[in-house]
Amino acid sequence: MSLMRGLSSCWRIARRSLRQHALSSAVTVGSAALASGLVMSVFALSAQSREAFSGGETGFDAVLGAKGSELQLVMNTVFHLDTSPGNIPWSLYESAKTDRRVDVALPYAVGDNYQGFRIVGTTEDIFTEFQPREGEHLEFTQGSRAFDPAYREAVIGSVVAQRTGLRVGSKFLATHGVTGAGGPEHPGEYVVVGRLEPTNTPTDRVIWIPIEGIFRMDGHKLTGAGEVYEAQPGEVIPDEHKEISAVMIRTSSSGAGRMLEFEINKGDQATFAWPISESILQVFDKLGWVVLVLEGVALLVVVVAAASILASLYNTMNERRKEFAVLRALGARRHTVFSVIVIESTTIAGLGALFGGIVYFGTFSLAASIVREKTGVVLDVGMLHPALYWTPIGMLGMGALAGLLPAFKAYRTEVATTLAGGGY
Amino acid sequence: MLQLRDLKKSYRSPDGEVLLVVDVPSFDLEARGQVALEGRSGSGKTTFLNLIAGILKPETGSIVFDGEELVGASESRRDVFRAQHMGYVFQAFHLLGGHTALENVELGMLFGSGVDRAFAEHLLQRLGLADRMRYRPSQLSLGQQQRVALARALANKPKLVLADEPTGSLDVHHAGEALALTRELCAEQGAALLLVSHDHDVLEAFQTRYDLSKLNRAAREVPA
Repeated sequence: MSLMRGLSSCWRIARRSLRQHALSSAVTVGSAALASGLVMSVFALSAQSREAFSGGETGFDAVLGAKGSELQLVMNTVFHLDTSPGNIPWSLYESAKTDRRVDVALPYAVGDNYQGFRIVGTTEDIFTEFQPREGEHLEFTQGSRAFDPAYREAVIGSVVAQRTGLRVGSKFLATHGVTGAGGPEHPGEYVVVGRLEPTNTPTDRVIWIPIEGIFRMDGHKLTGAGEVYEAQPGEVIPDEHKEISAVMIRTSSSGAGRMLEFEINKGDQATFAWPISESILQVFDKLGWVVLVLEGVALLVVVVAAASILASLYNTMNERRKEFAVLRALGARRHTVFSVIVIESTTIAGLGALFGGIVYFGTFSLAASIVREKTGVVLDVGMLHPALYWTPIGMLGMGALAGLLPAFKAYRTEVATTLAGGGY
Repeated sequence: MLQLRDLKKSYRSPDGEVLLVVDVPSFDLEARGQVALEGRSGSGKTTFLNLIAGILKPETGSIVFDGEELVGASESRRDVFRAQHMGYVFQAFHLLGGHTALENVELGMLFGSGVDRAFAEHLLQRLGLADRMRYRPSQLSLGQQQRVALARALANKPKLVLADEPTGSLDVHHAGEALALTRELCAEQGAALLLVSHDHDVLEAFQTRYDLSKLNRAAREVPA
């Protein structure tokens, strides 16, 4: 009997057996699907999160901000999460702008929101210097434009437009605070003049206004000179009173970045987070053991699924011993009944891996939507991760392994004693 | 077609005693021949059939089937030989419950010549089960199950059909009918038939019949 015919015969018997034990087969396939889906999701999510959170340097490689946590500074300015660690005087921005080691410097001032979406005060250079992805720039939708720094004008990200209903021509009042938790509204309406095309980055969740607008917002008190100063309409604000949340910086070289980091961080006035990606990676490295535990748990679930395949097949062995004896009496060789069981266990695992793809899709999509909702970072369910092909291969291997013990029991079936009513 | 010489098979009892169960000096069966063996309980009839089928291996002796010596053959070779050249009808039929009548018949082909659905359907039609092909064994009467078992034994177009008390589970009327069908189908398919029974009505239907307790010298030593 040729190999193909042999396999075909085994598959024929295995398929009918799975059909006969449909309920237990389905439950076992379900547990294998959950296990493989979980493994694929955990590995793909952790890898993509690490890449997404550390990969986007957004055209800048450093952030200058108040003395404190580099991570908080980066989260606040790059991902528009967390609170600002504090303010720095305008003079630091001026110094950075004129430093030969700095190619681009952009001031950021945060502290207000509209319906929970952050308002960031900056200069109009943001629309030419900011890179949502390497080599790309922010683009305006048709009929919209950048704000004029002399007016109360705003440019909104695509998610802001979608969620708040704001469009070009809409007017809104800023609310104090970086979250939408019912802070007081600042008088003085802003008019939306620009809407940005989606970038699938945290920028989509930002409202950009002229930095002057932050300084002049009713109720904002500036303390850049150490004393409280409130801007008056028509009056030029002296630079010494201005204060900002951070300066986004593109250094001229990595050597320049290293020097600035050394110089600024040894002082007690400011923090220079450089390079941005390293700050994020430090978090992932610190949380590495959590990811390891999660991955370990996911792999353990696969082992449990394999054990359930073994148990479900092994439990049917006693009731099936007559079946194996009959097959043997009809001419099936020992390795044929052995193969039937291994094919059954591998089929269960294979179907589990197949449906695991659906579990992965569902789990990843849900997680990705939560991450996008909370951070604006887009995780792509379609992005290929080695776990997406290693897991099904691994499941098939585990399934085959799980079938070995029951298969060996089937292999040992003695035809004469079993058909005569005896046991193994 | 089948020649047995000096065939001996023994078992070891739980208390360690070696018990000779089969000791047949000589037995022959012609191609297409139909022979009945009268086998009382303890006469070693099932062991004798299992030796011929290659399911069991004798300690000594020779089994030559169509010129091929089976005693020295490996278990795997005996399995293949059985799949290709023999059919087996059990007293309890041993149909597989998860398979339909048609699928059970196809099982008889699976390890031999390969599945031939048309032939499987032909056999079931010939045995009057055309409208029961998709039924599972539990949905069939005993008589119908016996006929499915016969169809399965003939499915691989064997040269020899071994039948171990094939009518033992049937009432007198159905037993006679089943026996007639078995003999008729074997003749029709060109298969020899070696049937073991303790039922005199069955045995008397055969021109050639032997008393297994005389054929098997070990049987005389086993209390009936």
